[in-house]
Amino acid sequence: MRMPAADPGLVSRRAEFLGALRRFVPGEGVIGTPEELAAYECDGLTAYRQPPLAVVLPADTAQVAAVLAYCHAQGLKVVPRGSGTSLSGGALPLADAIVVGLGKLNRVLEIDYANRCVVAQPGVTNLAITQAVAERGFYYAPDPSSQIACSIGGNVAENSGGVHCLKYGMTTNNVLGVEMVLIDGSIVRLGGRAYDAPGYDLLGIVNGSEGLLGVVTEVTARILPRPEHQQALLIGFPTVEAAGSCVAAIIDHGLIPAGMEMMDRLAIQAAEAFVHAGYPLDVEALLIVEFDGPRAEIDEHVSIVEALVARCGAGYLRISSSERERLQFWAGRKAAFPAVGRLSPDYYCMDGTIPRRCLPQVLRRISELSQTYGLAVANVFHAGDGNLHPLILYDASLGDQLDKAERFGADILTLCVEVGGVLTGEHGVGVEKRDLMEVQFQPSDLQQQQRLKCAFDPDGLLNPGKVFPHLCRCAELGRMHVHAGALRFPDLPRF
Amino acid sequence: MRGRCAFRICRGSEAVPATLRVTDASEAQHAIAGLLADGRTAEIVARATRRPYGRPLQTDAILDLRALSGITVYEPGELVLSAQPGTPLSLIQSTLAEQRQHLAFEPPDFSRLWGAAPDRGTLGGCLSVGLGGPRRPSAGAPRDHFLGVKGVNGFGQAFAAGGRVVKNVTGFDLPKLLAGSLGTLAVMTEVTIKVMPAPPSTSTLLLHGLDDAQAVALMGEALSSPAAVSGAAHFPAAVANTLPALRSAPGAVTALRLEGLPRSIGARLEHLTRRLAHYGGDCTLLDESVSRGLWVEVADVVAFAGASERPVWRLSTRASAAVGLARTIMQSLEGRYFFDWGGALLWIELAADSLAHQGIVREACIRAGGPDAHATLIRADEHVRARTAPLPPLAGSLAALTERIKAQFDPQRLFNPGRMYAEL
Ligand SMILES: Cc1cc2nc3c(=O)[nH]c(=O)nc-3n(C[C@H](O)[C@H](O)[C@H](O)COP(=O)(O)OP(=O)(O)OC[C@H]3O[C@@H](n4cnc5c(N)ncnc54)[C@H](O)[C@@H]3O)c2cc1C
Repeated sequence: MRMPAADPGLVSRRAEFLGALRRFVPGEGVIGTPEELAAYECDGLTAYRQPPLAVVLPADTAQVAAVLAYCHAQGLKVVPRGSGTSLSGGALPLADAIVVGLGKLNRVLEIDYANRCVVAQPGVTNLAITQAVAERGFYYAPDPSSQIACSIGGNVAENSGGVHCLKYGMTTNNVLGVEMVLIDGSIVRLGGRAYDAPGYDLLGIVNGSEGLLGVVTEVTARILPRPEHQQALLIGFPTVEAAGSCVAAIIDHGLIPAGMEMMDRLAIQAAEAFVHAGYPLDVEALLIVEFDGPRAEIDEHVSIVEALVARCGAGYLRISSSERERLQFWAGRKAAFPAVGRLSPDYYCMDGTIPRRCLPQVLRRISELSQTYGLAVANVFHAGDGNLHPLILYDASLGDQLDKAERFGADILTLCVEVGGVLTGEHGVGVEKRDLMEVQFQPSDLQQQQRLKCAFDPDGLLNPGKVFPHLCRCAELGRMHVHAGALRFPDLPRF
Repeated sequence: MRGRCAFRICRGSEAVPATLRVTDASEAQHAIAGLLADGRTAEIVARATRRPYGRPLQTDAILDLRALSGITVYEPGELVLSAQPGTPLSLIQSTLAEQRQHLAFEPPDFSRLWGAAPDRGTLGGCLSVGLGGPRRPSAGAPRDHFLGVKGVNGFGQAFAAGGRVVKNVTGFDLPKLLAGSLGTLAVMTEVTIKVMPAPPSTSTLLLHGLDDAQAVALMGEALSSPAAVSGAAHFPAAVANTLPALRSAPGAVTALRLEGLPRSIGARLEHLTRRLAHYGGDCTLLDESVSRGLWVEVADVVAFAGASERPVWRLSTRASAAVGLARTIMQSLEGRYFFDWGGALLWIELAADSLAHQGIVREACIRAGGPDAHATLIRADEHVRARTAPLPPLAGSLAALTERIKAQFDPQRLFNPGRMYAEL
């Protein structure tokens, strides 16, 4: 993975920068020693590591603004960071960049039940928002598996999802407003507590912008009343095809379950061995289908699915009869990643989305690729919305296995695009899928995205080296006059 | 090949803008290249049903996308539909209905409000205006269902963004930016939206005789309950009496909609009536067809259709500020109003047209609505719309950022110049 080359001129001025940053963020808020910087050298994609020039931990919006204005004036690159759980290397530092960590901005500022929202600083964890409103029977719907650790600011930056986003949407559908500091230090408010905002939907593009457009310093998140009841079905199938056809039958019937998750044989085995969720071990695919709502509605939906399941050739069906049992069904799925992690020293989590009808074909091809590369793969799947998480097992200490795992992963994502899907459903592009962007997008598509970046950050100081396979050259894009999609700069250098 | 010259043939006198009719994406791109080369501006239009929205346009040309029509992909099982932007919304809605699906964002049709015959216009127009209907709090707006786009920017360059699957975070979410941009950023040539199963049945609980404050509190409580209320509107008596669906009930009416399986609706109704009993007063239940009719009337603001000389404002605010906002405006101006979205959307029809009401309404937003309240002048004379800002103005860094974004999509201001803001 090549990153933009560090500017030795900037690196040599480290002491000067540290001194200046300490004027804006006093005391322990500026980190510069190699030992302490090591804690920030990677995020959840641990294969790539790079200590930054310095880490700044501002304590309020004004400090963020002062730091950004300074970096802007000095031409210093900035890498925003929440909790560092990104699986795509979005928070990977650069040797000549400042990491701006939002961890100290960790207060829930206001709970507004009348307007059903919570105003939180970006470093508040996803789960903490739900916890803050649980006593009154509310929750924040997007529930990434990393929710005890990941920050709401990071969720906005990645437009994170969770197992319930089929019914309740992704982060972008559950955030009403943000406060954001632009690279020049100006502060903008996008949205608020009203449902829509004047002008262009800038909130819509900030969600999922991976730290490239600004630093989010406050988030207004919608909260929902907890459903009265939840009930889950655990369904086992002799083939992946049968499981896929059952998912299709459920959607075709007009049902949108609260969650619909699938695991393949290896994932089932690993999860069962790890948490003893009571999963059947003689099936090729396992489906968890969850409904929420009033009792009467759940009963009706469960009986519809019971009938569909029989027709899809399921060999195993259990319906949760208690909250304990429901949570047990989920325990295996929620522990699937660490469970698979026990099978092998390392694993690499992929995140493509496909049209669901292509599932059998894609899984067949993945298993062929698994043979070719000689690396095992376990599949976990947000079946309702077609978001695949193949987990490639490898051992980084063995010669070329990391390289193989990456090539295998790239093949899987390319396959997702080929069947009409996309590179990433919820984990973001980051550095990980950056060089695959041209598989999904034409040069002119990427150019339009880069133009948007130029409107926010014309000097390309915010999180460079992420998302785009080429650095933005805003001056050239501004001048460029393109006809019929033909590029004037086909030979732009890569990193 | 159709070149620029072919388009020129349509040009009439200098005062009448030339109409460029395009039938596919490459013609659209070609036409735009022509505009760019000649430095001519264009109104981007299809069925023109939403023309009264925003500021009136004076352009050199009209880029007519009506013939860029047709559903290109519909996969009910994948919950996605792709279509060309000129596709009539009515065709999309009837196609979805055949598969028991629908557009969950319930696009409003303001034609009657604007004194025209009902016409839902086109999918492209609906996305470009970007307004959601009564289901906004629970199901979102067009932005939340807009998955992918192909278009041509003001550089004459074709581009695509988003995708054709319901879950996607690859690259910037440009469809969201285009939703509600009033055709000022790019000419869309194909769009992909998320479609959802239509609820099998609908029922509406009416509560009678509440004042505004009680009603907004009640709607808040209903929306805070697990009953999955998918519509919450309050009509003071002056408005309730004019709605066909409510005519039988004199006095103020608060309406709560429940959708889903009949048994589920029954259970939720029971829950709601129990929970809301402390507000007292009578309640009635609307049957399926009257209920459906009512929410179309709410979405389309039928209550204010008719007297087309009266200005109509649409105010978006936090629900907790809505009653104070309405009161503040009604202290200075004469008119009628009702609340949708549990109070977070306030519709006002004023008694007579004048320029002064703009200042009063906007000032009230600032004083009584809170920092996020904003007002859009939905119905007004063309000369009023031309001389003022019907859309809520932007200030400071946000205005500057908006102009920079426009410049990155359409630097020559070819597309709908001035439609959103005079300077954009
Ligand atoms: C075990 C595990 C399970 C996971 N499960 C899921 C899952 O189910 N669904 C899912 O969607 N993701 C999942 N993730 C991925 C990850 O947790 C999410 O992407 C999360 O939103 C990242 O939040 P963070 O605070 O850790 O952000 P970071 O990793 O610190 O940063 C992520 C990106 O956001 C930017 N950023 C962070 N904060 C800000 C800010 N305040 N302003 C601007 N930019 C900012 C960074 O620059 C970076 O590009 C999982 C990760 C792990 C390790």
